[in-house]
Amino acid sequence: MKQAIEQIRKAAMEELASINDLKALDNLRVKYLGKKGELTAILKQMGGLSAEERPVIGQLANDIRVDIEERIEEFTARIKAKEQERALAGERLDVTMPGKKFVIGKKHPLDSVLDEVLEIFLGMGFSVAEGPEVEYDYYNFEALNLPKDHPARDTQDTFYITENILLRTQTSPVQVRTMEKQKPPIRIVAPGRVYRSDAVDATHSPLFHQIEGLVVDKGITMADLKGTLDAFVKALYGKDVQTRFRPHHFPFTEPSAETDMMCFACGGKGCRLCKGEGWIEILGCGMVHPKVLSNCGIDPEVYSGFAFGIGLERIVMRRYNIDDMRLLYENDMRFLNQF
Amino acid sequence: MNLSMKWLKEYVDIDASPREFAEAMTMSGSKVEGYEVEGEEIRNVVVGKVLKVERHPDADKLVVCSVDVGKSEPVQIVTGATNVTAGVIVPVALDGSTLPNGVKIKKGKLRGVESNGMLCSLGELNLTVNDFPYAIEDGIFLLQEPCEIGQDIQSAIGLNDIEVEFEITSNRPDCLSMIGLAREAAVTFNKPITLHTPEVKGNVGDISSMLKVSVLNTELCPRYSARVVKNVKIAPSPRWMRERLRACGVRPINNLVDITNYVMLEYGQPMHAFDYRFVKDSTITVRNAHDNETITTLDGAERKLSPEMLVICDSEKPMAVAGVMGGEYSGIMDDTNTVVFESAVFKGASIRTTAKKLGMRTESSGRFEKGLDPQNTFPALQRACELVELLGAGEVVGGIIDIDHTDKTPRTIALEPEWINRFLGIELSVDEMVRILKHLGFGCDGKTVTVPSYRTDVLHKADVAEEIARIYGYNNIPNTALTGTANGALTEEQKFRSTINELMRASGCNQVETYSFISPKYYDKIRLEKDSPLRSCVTIVNPLGEDTSVMRTTMLPSMMEVLARNYNNRNPSASLYELGTVYIKNSDESKLPQEDNVLCIGMYGGNVDFFTLKGIVEALATSIGTEELDFEAVTNNPTFHPGRCARVTVGGQTLGILGEVHPLTLENYGLETRAYLASLDVTTLFNARTALKTYMPMPRFPATTRDIALLCDDMLPVLTIEKAIRKAAGKILEKIELFDVYKGKQIEEGKKSIAFSLILRSSEGTLTDEQTDAAMKRILKAMEDLGATLRI
Repeated sequence: MKQAIEQIRKAAMEELASINDLKALDNLRVKYLGKKGELTAILKQMGGLSAEERPVIGQLANDIRVDIEERIEEFTARIKAKEQERALAGERLDVTMPGKKFVIGKKHPLDSVLDEVLEIFLGMGFSVAEGPEVEYDYYNFEALNLPKDHPARDTQDTFYITENILLRTQTSPVQVRTMEKQKPPIRIVAPGRVYRSDAVDATHSPLFHQIEGLVVDKGITMADLKGTLDAFVKALYGKDVQTRFRPHHFPFTEPSAETDMMCFACGGKGCRLCKGEGWIEILGCGMVHPKVLSNCGIDPEVYSGFAFGIGLERIVMRRYNIDDMRLLYENDMRFLNQF
Repeated sequence: MNLSMKWLKEYVDIDASPREFAEAMTMSGSKVEGYEVEGEEIRNVVVGKVLKVERHPDADKLVVCSVDVGKSEPVQIVTGATNVTAGVIVPVALDGSTLPNGVKIKKGKLRGVESNGMLCSLGELNLTVNDFPYAIEDGIFLLQEPCEIGQDIQSAIGLNDIEVEFEITSNRPDCLSMIGLAREAAVTFNKPITLHTPEVKGNVGDISSMLKVSVLNTELCPRYSARVVKNVKIAPSPRWMRERLRACGVRPINNLVDITNYVMLEYGQPMHAFDYRFVKDSTITVRNAHDNETITTLDGAERKLSPEMLVICDSEKPMAVAGVMGGEYSGIMDDTNTVVFESAVFKGASIRTTAKKLGMRTESSGRFEKGLDPQNTFPALQRACELVELLGAGEVVGGIIDIDHTDKTPRTIALEPEWINRFLGIELSVDEMVRILKHLGFGCDGKTVTVPSYRTDVLHKADVAEEIARIYGYNNIPNTALTGTANGALTEEQKFRSTINELMRASGCNQVETYSFISPKYYDKIRLEKDSPLRSCVTIVNPLGEDTSVMRTTMLPSMMEVLARNYNNRNPSASLYELGTVYIKNSDESKLPQEDNVLCIGMYGGNVDFFTLKGIVEALATSIGTEELDFEAVTNNPTFHPGRCARVTVGGQTLGILGEVHPLTLENYGLETRAYLASLDVTTLFNARTALKTYMPMPRFPATTRDIALLCDDMLPVLTIEKAIRKAAGKILEKIELFDVYKGKQIEEGKKSIAFSLILRSSEGTLTDEQTDAAMKRILKAMEDLGATLRI
C-alpha cells in the first residue's frame, strides 16, 4: 500500500510538471484528490490495515495529499499570473495618444489680474465696494472738488447722458458714495468700468477698468499711503521691485502723487518700454483733499485718509505682453485660450 | 510747455546735465516729458568761405566751388545752387557728415567732377526763413552771423540749446512760463534766482489823449492794462529772440508779434496787440457780447457770439473774443503804425466756457482758463514795452492805462508744523519748512504763510503741506504699514459672482468682456420687437459713434457680436460667457438707471445643441443649490428658434431665457451655423441659491427601480409628464430620469414614446411589493389623465 501511495505521488508529480493550463490542473486534482480520485480510493482501503499500520499509512497519505495540493496551488498561481500577463499585454495602449477632450473655460485676462489685485488688498484688510457706472455729475466731479468749469475736466473727456448724469470717467465717485454711507475707519477698493470718449486704437479704449482705493481713519499719513502702495506693487510685481512717488495733481487729493516702478526691462537705465525714463507709471494717488472729506460729512480736523486709482488694462497688457488693447474686447477664442 | 535751457540760465545758474535736470524737476513736481539737444543730429558741418566759383565742364546747371573750411587746403564742392558767389560764408557738410533726420553726406563725383561735401540750405539744417529772415528758402544759406571759418555750424548759428518739454498740471499755470519754471528750478537745485524788473522810458506823448478804456464787467475782467506804441517799425526780431522762441516751440514772425509771444513765454501772460487804426473812436470797451452779435476771427471764420461771452470792443463792434482770439483786423500788419498792447486777466471759467462753445481752444484761452495771476499784467506789459525800446521797434507812449479791480490782500494760511508733520508722517523742523516756503516765494514768519499772487492754487493747509512735501522729497518720506485691524472680506453677492465664474469655467466656457454700450441698430439685428421695452435705453448725447451710443438693456447682442467675430475668424467652435451689466432706464430721466447683473452664455460648433446649453444651466442651478428650475416653451421670441426656446423660472420668478438662435438672427450676423444663447438674471439666481447647505443622511433602506414606457401626444411636454409622475408617486419617488424618447417607425404619427426610470425608496423601511405596485398604479392613473398610455 505504501508503495502504491508513493507511486501515486510520483505519477502526480510527473503529470504536474507538464501541465500549463488551469483546466488540466483541475482535472489532475480531481484525478488524484477528488472523491473518486486515486488517493481517495487507496485511503478507502485503509479499513483493512492493522491498527499499527493505519496511522503510519494515514500520515503518509495525508503528507502526499498536502504535497500535491501545495504543488497544485503553486502551479495555479503561476498559471494565473501568466494568463493575466497575457491579458494585460493584449490591453496595451499607446500612451502617447492624446487624452480625451475635457474643456475647462478660461478666465478673461482682465479678470485674472483684477482678482490678483483684489486678493492683495483683501489681505491688507480692504473690502470691495461698488458703485454705479451711469453716475451723477455730482459724484463723478463736483464732490471730488471738480466744479463744472474746472479745467481738469478737459483731461477726462466725458460721455454725457443728461446735463447731470454721465458715464463715470473714474472709479473715484465710489469714494464719495462710500464715505457718505460709512463712517471711518474706511478701507476699501472699488474696481469697475469707466468711460472716456477716446477713439479706439492700440492703447485707447472708450471703456476701460480702474481700481479705486480709499483709506480714511484717524491719523492716516502720507507715509501710510507710501507704505501701502509700495507693499501692493511689491506683492504684484515681486519684492525686489523699486517704487518712487512723483508729485502730481489731482483735484481731489492733496498732496497728490503718481507712483512709478523701476522699469523691469532695463532696470532703470532707460529703454524703449519706459520711453527712456527708467520708470513706468503704475498708479495715481494722494491724501484725500480736506474739502472732499467735508463734502462727505467727515471732519477733516479729526480724520485723514489717502486714495489711489489703478488702471487695470495697462497692468494686464504689460503682464501678458499684449500690444493691442483691442484684443481684450474682441474675445477671439485663439486669444482667450492662451490664458 | 517747452523750456530753453540757455534762457533758463539767465535766471538760475543750473549746471546739471539734461538728464539730471529732467529727473530733479520731475521729482519736485514739474514733470519732464523729454528733452532734445538742438543740432544733436548734425555732425561735421562747419562754416566755410567760398573762394572761387567755376562752371562745371560737363553740366550747365552745376558749378564747382572751392571752399575754405579752415583747413590747410580748400575743398572742392559741386553745387546746383544759383546764389553762391565768391566770398559768401556758407554751411558746409564735409565728407562723412550727418544732417538732421540722419542724412549722411559722402564725397563723390558729380558729372565726372569730384565733390567733397555739400553746401547746405536752411531746409537741410531743419531751419526755416522764420529762423533766419535774411536767408532764402530755395538756395544755399548765406550766413550773416558773426562766425569763424571752420567753426561748427551749431555754435555759429546758435543751434546748441537744449529744449526741455514739460507736462504742467492744470493747477500750475504759473509754470507755463520761463519765470515760473525758473522759480521751481531754483528751489529744486537750491540756488538763488535772478529776476529782472523791466524799465520803460515811454516818454513820447500821453496815452490819455489817445485811448479810452472802460471795463463794463469787472467780474469777468478784474484787470485790464494797456499801453500804446507809436511809429512802429515792423522788422525781423534779433537772433537771440528768434533762437529762444524757436527753442520754446514758437515760430518767429516779426518783432512786434515776437515780443508778445516772448512775453507770454517769459511771464506766462498772454498779450494782444491791436492796430490802433482799427480801434474806432480810440475807445476800448470790455463788455459782454450782445445777442446775435458776430465777429470774424483772425482765422477768417465768422463766429456767433452769445451774451455770456466777454468781448473787447471799440465804439462799434467786437474786436476780439476776450482771452480767446482776436478779430480779423485786430492784428499787426505790415503797414501798422501804432499799436495798443493789451495785458489783461479774464475769469478762467468764463474763458473756458466761451472757448468750448466757439470750438476754438487757443494758447491764450488754455492759459486764461486755468486762472492767471492778476498782478502779472502790469510787469508783463512793461516788459513788452521795454523790449519794443530795446529792439527799436517803435516809440512807447507815456502813461499806462490800468483798470484794476483785483483784491491785492495776499491770502494767508496758518502754518501748522505739527499738523503737517503728522499728516505727512515726517519730522521736519519749522526752520526747514520756512526755508522751503520762502524759497518758493511764499512769505513765512514761522506762524503764517503768505501766498504770492501767482500761486492761485494754494488755498488750504493741505496745499502748504504739499509744497513742503514735494521740495523735501516724496521719496524721503518713510514707508509705513497701516496699523489697526480691519476685516477685509467680500460680500455674499461678490462671493456668489465669483462662484458663478468658477462654475461657468468648469462648464467649459471662456469668459469674455464686451463693451457696455452698443448701437441701437443691434436691437434690429437680434430682431427685437419694435415695441419692446428693451429698446428704451440710456442714450449718450455725445457718443464716439453710433456703434457705442446707447447703454445695453440686454447682453444678447454683445454676445452675438462675439460669436460672429469668432465665426468670421474661422474658429470652429466657441463656448463663452460674460458676467456683465445691463442698464435699465429710469422712467424719471433725472434719476440713475437700474444696473442689473446678467449672466449671458453663447455657443456654437463642437456638437453643442440646445440640451448642452440647458445642461449647463441646470448644472449651474444644482451647484448653487436652487430648487428645481422650470422650463416653459417660448414660441414667439423673434431672436430665438420658435421651437427651441425656453423661459426659465425658479420658484415662480423669471430667471431668464435660453434657446437656439433663430435662423434669421443668425443671418443678420452672417453666422452659417447653429448658435445658442442664454441670458440669466444674477440677482434672481442669487436669491434662489441655498446659502447654507445642510447634510442629509445617506439612505438606510434599499431602493426599488421601475422603468415605464409611455405613448403620448408628441406635443405633451416631458416636464408635464414628469411632474404628474412625481405628484402621483408621492414622496417615495426618489429620482425620475428620462432615458428614451422615440418617434418614427411603429409609432403613430403625432405621438411619441417616452421612457422613464424611477427609483423608489422609503426612509422608514424596505418598500414592499404592495407599496410599489400601489405607487405604480397611481402613476398610471395620472398618465391616463394626461392621455398617455403604458406602452408594452
